[in-house]
Amino acid sequence: MNIVVCIKQVPATSQVEIDPESGTLKRMGAESKTNPYDLFGIETALRIKEKLGGTVTAVTMGPPQSEEMMKDAFSMGVDRAVILSDKKFAGSDVLATSYTISQGISAIGGADIIICGKQTTDGDTAQIGPAIAEHLHLPHAAWVSEIVSIDNEKISVRQNLSDLTQISEMSYPCLITVDKDIVVPRLPSYKLMKTTKDKKAEFLSFEDMPDKDLSRYGLVGSPTVVERIFPPDKMEEQVYIKGNAAEKAKAFYEILTAKKFV
Amino acid sequence: MALLKFDAGKCNLCGICINKCPFGALSMEAEGIDVNEKCKMCGVCVKTCPEKAIRFEQKAGSVDKSEWNDILVYGEQTDGKIHPVVFELIGEAQKLAKVNNYNVKAVLTGGRGTKENAEELLNYGVSHVYVYEHENFTGFKADCYADAAADCIATVKPSVVLIGATPLGRSLAPRLATRFHTGLTADCTKLEMKENTDLVQIRPAFGGNIMAQIVISNSRPQFATVRYKVMDTAKKAENPKGQVIMCNVTEDLVKSKITVSEIKKIIKNKSIEEEEVLVAAGRGVKSEKDVEMVRELAELLGGQLAFTRPMVEAGFGDTAHQIGLSGRTVKPKLIITVGVSGAIQFTACMNSAECIVAINNDPDAQIFGVAHYCIVDDLYKIVPELIENIKKGGI
Repeated sequence: MNIVVCIKQVPATSQVEIDPESGTLKRMGAESKTNPYDLFGIETALRIKEKLGGTVTAVTMGPPQSEEMMKDAFSMGVDRAVILSDKKFAGSDVLATSYTISQGISAIGGADIIICGKQTTDGDTAQIGPAIAEHLHLPHAAWVSEIVSIDNEKISVRQNLSDLTQISEMSYPCLITVDKDIVVPRLPSYKLMKTTKDKKAEFLSFEDMPDKDLSRYGLVGSPTVVERIFPPDKMEEQVYIKGNAAEKAKAFYEILTAKKFV
Repeated sequence: MALLKFDAGKCNLCGICINKCPFGALSMEAEGIDVNEKCKMCGVCVKTCPEKAIRFEQKAGSVDKSEWNDILVYGEQTDGKIHPVVFELIGEAQKLAKVNNYNVKAVLTGGRGTKENAEELLNYGVSHVYVYEHENFTGFKADCYADAAADCIATVKPSVVLIGATPLGRSLAPRLATRFHTGLTADCTKLEMKENTDLVQIRPAFGGNIMAQIVISNSRPQFATVRYKVMDTAKKAENPKGQVIMCNVTEDLVKSKITVSEIKKIIKNKSIEEEEVLVAAGRGVKSEKDVEMVRELAELLGGQLAFTRPMVEAGFGDTAHQIGLSGRTVKPKLIITVGVSGAIQFTACMNSAECIVAINNDPDAQIFGVAHYCIVDDLYKIVPELIENIKKGGI
């Protein structure tokens, strides 16, 4: 089984601040970590490998510093790490990012199953997984909460939809995005950390992509434009609800209605 | 190819861009300012350069926007019914449509009963509802659902496609946007339409710590998923004139690589950390019967009952439902504290909730220090009145 797990390095904290003068992000600390939701993806991949054999390849798109994150992936038991890194990929939105990752997966020979975390903690979009599946013309199941059964022919998963869960079965190749709590991610092992100390991640650049149409990558290949960023509205002032008990209850009920809680 | 261009004639090496760069991607080198691989193309330097010496290599416009008109709403169905987010999408679409005199249209994909659900949408002033009904559309299959919606989009050519930011919508939308090689903004909380037909999309990022304003100015359609319970529900139209169009569903269109075998209703078993609405009972709530009254309020609001530490110690609840330093930390959209004094051990673990309401008869209670809405009164009067109001729908 050829298993690819897509992971991303994210800022270690989501407590970002905005410079009120320029309306831009304040310089962010250099601290970064593996997107926590991706750990569930790595664990799912490792368990599939333990059951059916094969290799687990972690794929990321990002700056060369992503190498640090790949050290942790190796210590968890990932066999191979691929970093898609090129200045030409900078400024990518969902469309360009998912295209680059799909090209990277093709460049390393494809996969039987691609596993993604449900979303990242910085972008929060939860869109990259399904978009990769579309680029590669694969079926996908998102928000997977349980692998019901898996063998060398097919995988059967339980996926969460608003008020329902459904069991979906797919043959390979296919893609799943896993919800948190599907499995408990293992901690990096000290022993593996020692033995994989010299293991290196492989770097792929634009030149390695099967499609060399530059207009599909990076800022140029990204249809969305971020016009500005700003801090969210916070409820600052305090409201005392007045009147007798019945009037207070009524007034509060109306606030709840306006805020769509009832 | 460096996408960030420095105009050497204009740049006076003032270094403001180096200071302002959030990623530390710029540095002063012998040949001028250098961009390293940390650059995320955020554009802060372009905006802050006083000499206007930095610019992006811009891409050329590629689509004739005038060919793409109207707003298409995806009519998600769940458990055989229209998902309530759809009525909110229609309401929002109608507001946006006014700016450029667009029609609001809808598309539905599903198994038996889809046509009946489509007819219901006509009451809300939708001009055309496109229906793809087939036995094989029973159960959500991302691939063929995308095929059907793409078929509709290619025919209708809408300027904007709105999809609920539900698990189904967020699984379907990226496939569609990818297929049309266009932009998609996830999880929008606010939308505005420009006269040039560009949709301004505002969404939270970094776990809600910043908001981003996004446009898709060179591609069509413009895809956005919109959170449930953010927009106002559409009102029923006075004399609806819309029509349902049954679309041709070929065997190719329903072909899927996904087989759905079991569809089950979720029995909710959320922890209080995941809950959007919490009602917390404190020592002001005296007996088991009173706890049940507060629980009824929590359930009417679709949330859960939580407790302060003294309440758990008195045996009214378990630690899994305890808010506080020795319990759980919560960040719901709404928390109503009932008879809670508001010790720091409690408030420290709930004060980042979006909306905090305190009901307590002691005006000096510490809880009022963190509350957004303060109700200084007897909880035994307020809570039953409130329950009554919710049950009667405010009449």
